[in-house]
Amino acid sequence: MTTSLRARVCVACLAMLAGCALASCVRPQGEAKATTIRFWVMGYEGDMVAQMLPEFERTHPGIRVALQQLPLTAAHEKLLTAFAGNALPDVTPLGNTWIPEFAALGALEPLDPWLARTPGIVVSDYFKGGWDTGVIDGKTLAVPWYVETRIPFYRKDIVAAAGVKSTPRNWGEWRTAMRAVKRYVGPDKYAILLPLNEPEPLLNLAVQQPEPLLRDGNRYGNFRSASFKRTLRFYKDTFDEDLAPRVDNTRISNVWQELGRGYFSYYINGPWNISEFRKRLPPELANSWGTMPLPGPDGPGASVAGGTSFVLFRSSEHKEAAWQLIAWLSEPAQQVRLHALTGNPPPRRAPWSAPALANDPYIRAFHDQLERAVPAPKVPEWERIAQEMRLVGELVANDRLTVDQAAAELDRRTDKILEKRRWMLEHHTLPGGAR
Amino acid sequence: MRASLAGWAFVAPALSVILLFFALPVLAAFALSVTDFDIYALADPRNLRFVGLDNYIGLLTNPLFWKALGNTLYFVVVGVPLSIAASLTAALLLHSKLARFKPFFRTALFAPVVTTVVAVAVIWRYLFHTRYGVMNWLLSLAGIAPIDWLGDPHWSMPTIILFAVWKNFGYNMIIFLAGLQAIPEDLYEAARIDGASWWKQLTHVTLPMLGPVLLLVSILTMAGYFQLFAEPYVITQGGPLQSTVSVLYMMYDEGFKWWNLGNASAVAFLLFLLMTAATSGLLWFARKRGVE
Repeated sequence: MTTSLRARVCVACLAMLAGCALASCVRPQGEAKATTIRFWVMGYEGDMVAQMLPEFERTHPGIRVALQQLPLTAAHEKLLTAFAGNALPDVTPLGNTWIPEFAALGALEPLDPWLARTPGIVVSDYFKGGWDTGVIDGKTLAVPWYVETRIPFYRKDIVAAAGVKSTPRNWGEWRTAMRAVKRYVGPDKYAILLPLNEPEPLLNLAVQQPEPLLRDGNRYGNFRSASFKRTLRFYKDTFDEDLAPRVDNTRISNVWQELGRGYFSYYINGPWNISEFRKRLPPELANSWGTMPLPGPDGPGASVAGGTSFVLFRSSEHKEAAWQLIAWLSEPAQQVRLHALTGNPPPRRAPWSAPALANDPYIRAFHDQLERAVPAPKVPEWERIAQEMRLVGELVANDRLTVDQAAAELDRRTDKILEKRRWMLEHHTLPGGAR
Repeated sequence: MRASLAGWAFVAPALSVILLFFALPVLAAFALSVTDFDIYALADPRNLRFVGLDNYIGLLTNPLFWKALGNTLYFVVVGVPLSIAASLTAALLLHSKLARFKPFFRTALFAPVVTTVVAVAVIWRYLFHTRYGVMNWLLSLAGIAPIDWLGDPHWSMPTIILFAVWKNFGYNMIIFLAGLQAIPEDLYEAARIDGASWWKQLTHVTLPMLGPVLLLVSILTMAGYFQLFAEPYVITQGGPLQSTVSVLYMMYDEGFKWWNLGNASAVAFLLFLLMTAATSGLLWFARKRGVE
């Protein structure tokens, strides 16, 4: 039976081949014109977006998406290498802090003309700070895909037991609350965790101040400003009063467990930790934790608008098709879907009225915070400067430097890092949109 | 004349490989180190500046470089002798006629060498955890107050050294074991007849006979220890207070994190000079002592 079946299939095959040859094998219309766009996505989102793409391909016949996942730790290097080797993809969601760098390389397509004819992407619907991250020297180079920012996660039960009545809204109230928590938990436990090897806590507190972190068109550091010193003093006092342990996160084996044990009660971190805390805290603590907007120096404060934003690479030969993918993934319905898959907060306001987001008490604080989020300084050197800020912050927390010495030292290091930028601005050789 | 020509022909393959994979990269690294090659130069060649020795001067005036150099030398000066002593002790114990289950112990002591640094480092981080670690628990049994192994800048480097010694001693132990087995038994017999104690046999027979092996092991270990990187990278990330940043770690940051390839090449070149000097010094010392 099998033999005859196989023979028959073979005959059919041959007939089809012959027929194909005779009819010169015209493929269906859509297939013939199919454009394949190369789409690189880093991290967990890379795995998750794969589930959304079949729907895009179904609604956009003629476009095929070749998805490639990049590991988070290797993504930056891989993108730079691809730039050097002229092998960049068509479209990718770029980490927000890398946008100025690729803009300086001249690798990004200005998106304003594309946006002008895409009514679906309503600029005013986006959170201002998140959108502004992709605007460099007046040109829009990126469209936010998802945004993240840092806010405190906290132990509601401990904070309440310590006698804190209302959620602190400014640094003064927050400091009072932390002191109360410290008094309540005793000498072996702390009020807040500010890991000394993470730049984000200090950075988020620093962008809340009125004076910018860099000055003169981002040519020099502005860390000797009174307002940065105020941030540094707040940071230092938190350690000096023993409200935060002087540790880095390599020495906290498991932050979820430690928050569960009450080793600290406030922890500044990003939205991905909502699902982690849901999963990892013991069931009896399920209602004992919450999130709150980041208190500012004088009332609810700003924070850094992180996340990733879509960019079109100038070298792409399929910009039209790639733009359609960006437009589709920016639709509110798709952003709700992405949130369901990854837990990432959407960058525009429309998706936030979906039940999944509107009824989630933990993510509401992020919504509130994102209205006040601001971009980090938009120079390619920023990540390095933020790293120096962390190192100097560590020295201050350990009493190796006073606040004034630290501010001067940070300015000195920053000015050295920005030396090449100043030279290029002087000689007008700064490439790309940052001219 | 003929003979020398033939000689050159014979070494030509090896020589060309050395030129291609050693001399050329070293020259290229040096060329890179006198420029300020970075991502801007990648975008536009006009942004590539010839800076002469500025990268080197910048490094020599950078406190972090001296700190990294100090950390690396600390690691080498304490780590290398400790590592060799541990290897030699283990090899002597294994070589002893009294030792039982030799194959088992040989494998067990060699096992750390073949484990993955990252996996083992995670375990060590738990062992040396300030509040939950086994080390501090053992110390508490002896009545010693807990030590902040990885968080105190004074203790972080000793912890890294301990880790590196534990991870690497098995390799040299095998080499020493081979060296010990090559020492003729009649030398010991003669020594015993002359009434030499165990200690005298060790210092007058074993160690002199192991001379060439010791030299080889010292050079290999020192070259390896100068290139300290993976241990602090996975255990402490250079912290706390940059007390475990090594020269190679600094080069990695400059080159692959910040893409200042000019600066990174200068660091690499300085490390290369330092290692060449240290190895030559060791060889000179050995030659003077008549070992080789």
